[in-house]
Amino acid sequence: MSSLLSVKNMSINFDTPRGSLEAVRGVDIEIPAGTSVGVVGESGSGKTVMCRAAMGLLQGSNVKRSGTVVFDGHELTAMSKEEVRNLFGSGMAMIFQDPMTALNPVRRIGSQLSEGLRVRLGMSKEDALVRSKELLELVRIPNAAAILKSFPYQLSGGMRQRVMIAIAIACNPKLLFADEPTTALDVTVQAQILQLLRELREDLQMSMVLVTHDLGVVAGNTDYVAVMYAGEVVEYAPTTKLFADMRMPYTEALLESIPKVDHKSGTRLAVIAGRLPNPTDRGAGCSFAPRCKYAQEKCHKEHPELKKDPDGHLYRCWFPIGVAL
Amino acid sequence: MSRISFWLQRIAQLLIVLLLVTFGVSLLLRLVPVDLATILLPASSEGEREILRAELGFDKGPIGYYLQWLGNFVQGDFGKIYFSGGTEEVSDHLKQAMPRSLLLMVYTQILSLVIAVPLGVLSAYRAGRRADKIISNSLFALSSVPNFAIALLLVIFVGVKFAWLPTLGYVPIAEGYWEHLKHMIMPVISLSLGLIATYTRLLRADMIAALREDYVTMAASKGLSDRRILWRHVLRPSSMTLLTSAALSMGALIGGAIVIESIFATYGIGFEVFAAIGGRQYIALQSTVAVIALFYVFFNLVVDVGSGFVDPRTRDRRVNA
Repeated sequence: MSSLLSVKNMSINFDTPRGSLEAVRGVDIEIPAGTSVGVVGESGSGKTVMCRAAMGLLQGSNVKRSGTVVFDGHELTAMSKEEVRNLFGSGMAMIFQDPMTALNPVRRIGSQLSEGLRVRLGMSKEDALVRSKELLELVRIPNAAAILKSFPYQLSGGMRQRVMIAIAIACNPKLLFADEPTTALDVTVQAQILQLLRELREDLQMSMVLVTHDLGVVAGNTDYVAVMYAGEVVEYAPTTKLFADMRMPYTEALLESIPKVDHKSGTRLAVIAGRLPNPTDRGAGCSFAPRCKYAQEKCHKEHPELKKDPDGHLYRCWFPIGVAL
Repeated sequence: MSRISFWLQRIAQLLIVLLLVTFGVSLLLRLVPVDLATILLPASSEGEREILRAELGFDKGPIGYYLQWLGNFVQGDFGKIYFSGGTEEVSDHLKQAMPRSLLLMVYTQILSLVIAVPLGVLSAYRAGRRADKIISNSLFALSSVPNFAIALLLVIFVGVKFAWLPTLGYVPIAEGYWEHLKHMIMPVISLSLGLIATYTRLLRADMIAALREDYVTMAASKGLSDRRILWRHVLRPSSMTLLTSAALSMGALIGGAIVIESIFATYGIGFEVFAAIGGRQYIALQSTVAVIALFYVFFNLVVDVGSGFVDPRTRDRRVNA
């Protein structure tokens, strides 16, 4: 299967007054065409930075990046900013975590939605507005004509997220990065938005990278999952395989910390003790070792390489679960 | 609360401010421990002064005096300037000074904003890099030079040494627009430099904050150019502080450009205040200060209207308040 997006050995460092902060370390990830890939990990694991860097959206003079990103045959990391920009909209698009802050507060929905159509597809103002109305209807926004004339603050969170999705899919992207698209929404709206994304993906033949910290969201909405920890991909597998037969103790711990319906009442929720390691000082061993219940001497001293099962299941662990050593 | 009643209430508030300011000034005059009639008519007989006292309401209490002055003021009678040869109408003086001050203010604002906005946008965009450092440091240096020093340097070099521009006086637009502008260039530059520094810094700070917002990354992910993002997406939500500051300096420029008006003999409202104080023309002072207050209040109202355009959220917030 050919990859639509292929990230090789990506590292992202931020220069800070307290030293260089390693946000992403040697990440390899493949997004096969036509699939949905989940990226899970706790806050600070580097998932958002990885996505933004893959799209080339990290700004600032303190950002140091290395590695290659190839999208749809274009090597983004070798292209100029302008050339990469030409792929936005119709190639790649992104939706953001917080629909309250990701829409411009002082511009009308209509102008924000039609802008991409005009700039990227060269539509006239009138055509772009007609298309904008269709897009709002596509993301199931009632009364689209009135919404076009409103400002973001006049809409509810769920509506805003729908608007953001409409903006992202406006130019028919091949790949949609969804950066925690449902985190800021309440649970019923979450389900609606995920449903909408599933349908749109099917109708528009889009691939998707779904960034989330919620394994429940990953389960029903992705074909593959990459688990990130401390800036690294520590496990990568087809979604069903990951849930049934995970290799990483970290993934296991994440799954155990999900509350379950059949828990007896009064059962304490399992938590992963400890915190993410300091990103300016990663240490020598496995990043998860200090919190891992299976950790052995070797785990604290040597950094594990990425290993591969014959079926393509990737993991980064010295003592993987379910593998006879 | 509907939009109309909001504005009615806002205007009522501003009218109250105006009444308080003018009453305060009026009260201060009455607190001066001298006989005002003697000061205004030093060479006249006691009988003539008695007539003046009755005419201006000096014989009444502070409130009675204020009401009489206010009644005259709203009817356009701003009082008189008294000197040994007779009297002149304050309103005639203001009619002369007003266009000078207004044009000075308008040109200064235009020049300042036209220069400060691109500089602010550029230095925010390049924050921390060389272009930003050059802009920020040179503006900092500039803003620490008082405007009269700049004015004098201009007079010495542009006016005297190279003789490119006239150093004194004011020419009305009616007598030729180019001639008019020639007399305005140096005073406008002197007043602008400090403002440019202030405006650029305010805009830079707000834009740097706005550039960190998610909606900027969102705009970038739509494939928009940096230029378009800066001007179309970031400038407007970042210009509230700039707008407020610009409005306040409009008021300040109307009455507060005394030094520059004196150096270049532009003789606007600021100079009228100065002359009224120096000549102990208390009635003229009171009315001129009232006119300046009127402008301050007016520009405040302009900001209120403008802020609704800059940020539509403020418009709805006050309707729902």
